[in-house]
Amino acid sequence: MLGDYAAVGVLLAIVLTIPIGGYVVTWLLRPKRAYPLKQQTYECGLETTGDTWVQFKVQYYIFALIFVVFDIETVFIYPWAVAYKQTGLFALVEMMIFILILVMGLAYAWRKGALEWV
Amino acid sequence: MDIIYDPFRVIGDALRGLLGGFGLPDWAVQLIMIVIGVSVLVVFAMLTMMFLTWLERKLIARIQDRVGPNRVGPLGLLQPVADMVKLFTKEFIIPTNADKVIYYLAPIIFVIPAFMVFAVMPFDRHAIISDLNIGWLYIVAIGSTSTIALLMAGWSSNNKYALLGGMRAVAQFVSYEIPQVLSVVGILLLVGSLRMGAIVEAQNTIWFVLLQPVAFVIFLLSTISEINRTPFDLPEAESEIIAGYHTEYGAIGFALFSLAEFINMFAASALAATIFFGGWQGPILPGWLWFLIKSYAMVFVMIWLRGTLPRLRVDQLMNFAWKVLVPLSLVNLTLAGVGVSVMNYYGWQLSSLPGVLFAFGTFLVFNVIMVLLFLALYRTPKVERRNVVLVKQASKSRPQTPAAASGR
Amino acid sequence: MIAIKDQRSKMDWIMEFLTFIVFAGMTLTGAVFMVTLHNLVRSVLAMILAFVGVAGLYLVLEAEFLAAIQVLVYVGAVAVLVLFAIMLTQRVSDPNKPTNNAQAWLAFTVSVAMFGILSWVYAPIKWPALPALPTVNNEPVGSVVNLGQQLLGAYAVPFEVASVVLLVALLGAIILARE
Repeated sequence: MLGDYAAVGVLLAIVLTIPIGGYVVTWLLRPKRAYPLKQQTYECGLETTGDTWVQFKVQYYIFALIFVVFDIETVFIYPWAVAYKQTGLFALVEMMIFILILVMGLAYAWRKGALEWV
Repeated sequence: MDIIYDPFRVIGDALRGLLGGFGLPDWAVQLIMIVIGVSVLVVFAMLTMMFLTWLERKLIARIQDRVGPNRVGPLGLLQPVADMVKLFTKEFIIPTNADKVIYYLAPIIFVIPAFMVFAVMPFDRHAIISDLNIGWLYIVAIGSTSTIALLMAGWSSNNKYALLGGMRAVAQFVSYEIPQVLSVVGILLLVGSLRMGAIVEAQNTIWFVLLQPVAFVIFLLSTISEINRTPFDLPEAESEIIAGYHTEYGAIGFALFSLAEFINMFAASALAATIFFGGWQGPILPGWLWFLIKSYAMVFVMIWLRGTLPRLRVDQLMNFAWKVLVPLSLVNLTLAGVGVSVMNYYGWQLSSLPGVLFAFGTFLVFNVIMVLLFLALYRTPKVERRNVVLVKQASKSRPQTPAAASGR
Repeated sequence: MIAIKDQRSKMDWIMEFLTFIVFAGMTLTGAVFMVTLHNLVRSVLAMILAFVGVAGLYLVLEAEFLAAIQVLVYVGAVAVLVLFAIMLTQRVSDPNKPTNNAQAWLAFTVSVAMFGILSWVYAPIKWPALPALPTVNNEPVGSVVNLGQQLLGAYAVPFEVASVVLLVALLGAIILARE
């Protein structure tokens, strides 16, 4: 089975040469005349003020948390879907219970306003 | 005739024979075959990217009643080459405050998954680099790594807009990955395998888009969103955050980002064509031609959407993912399970004509139910107008609050 | 189209060993950098390297589903979660702050002792060499189909419990984040 992935490994090796080769080629071709004014952070034309670290709102974190839960849910759903033809009706009931429990979670998040992007 | 209808097998066999003739051991022949196959794939992907940049500009121009690039070469076809020369010879400016190592690494890490997806893409009956058992899951897993590159780019630039763009891109990617992944479950139920080859072969009597139309719509929307294209291109919304995560990237850095984005676009189109439109399956014409026709039809739809639709707002974007697409895809998944159960119960096979008709009827009923349910439950949210008051009126009605004049 | 599928030869063994070394090296490098780097974001990126290495190790063990899940969940989800958590904090890098606390040496000793004990236990064992993976219904044991059948058959209760655990995790996350 590892043999199936030999091709993937070769692809990775060849693809790696593209961006690295790009860097090398531009390094050879490009002008190199950097000075501090040119290397300033791009903003509206004025110098930047304050830290780049604007504090992000907690919404990002909540969505990432909900995402992790649903991502793990797919881990369970995929084997179910693939094995479904061989297992039959019992599997359907099981999966419906599984999804129902998670939908309760989604509904709770919805009710509590966690899905609200303010 | 074989050279037209099954060129990959013919050429592959010829090469294998040639290499075997040199007296090379078996594993070396295999390895050389892999390297040749992969190189052809990579060259194809690069050419596709160059062609797509031209196609997109030309089509958008037509939609907007312009001519588009027409100076370099016939019909402007050499425009991508000119662009490439320009981007390669430009100075690569790194902002002083940037985290240099990560700044250099981010485009590399963004390009890799874009190409890696093609490892399991069935271009033709015998043209698939490696038909992995976990095919579709491999694509999802590889695709999910590109989020890291976006965050790296946004963070290392040390630019407020870039960081905002990176964070937005990841939040959006993460939200739309769930409906994308769940919408394919209906197909997996019908196929019973994650292999991309098996998914295509299962469609030789009927395209899955006919059995799972709602799933297709969910898949298309969430895929467009995952590759950050209009109307979901919030991470690059130039009116708000300049160019998002690649604000500080010029020259080769920008070239690599746009290379990956166009390849992602083609990969997304090819995936939609493969999973829902039967991939290389089709009458008369050879398989690889069908694959290209279907893929480019999807590419056209994506460019068309870009030329027609305005951009969403961030809150609309997130709401649409979590409050519309995720519940809808869960309902679709459950109904698909019931549908496949009905098929199993009556013993309908997708390989026989009556089986296909019965299955189509069943799924049609389910999909109609789903659409009706959706229309009944989903009330168009009232247009939420922000409380923006003109300065003149504000001073008339509420002279005491200058903040009201600026909206919020 | 192209897949090396013949009897296990010496070549295969060498390739497998080299792959193992590469991925194990990746995991260890990532882990070491994660602990030693001062910048939090960089250290998370090192952690991702370690995660990818672990996924590669699963692949060497012929558990491709697990490898895909490792990348999907850990690189695509958990790492993003950690990065978002870092973005919520204010100061990210402070070169003057030590990366370790007072118990670092204790932790190091315990790790080395653990490694020693495990090597001592496992090194003398002669693992039986399998000619091929055991199969169920013409599928390798670890295949997705078999996994699904086991999950819905013999392990139905843990399967449902998993959904309850996920539900609790979701509720807990929302309650915590709203505080």
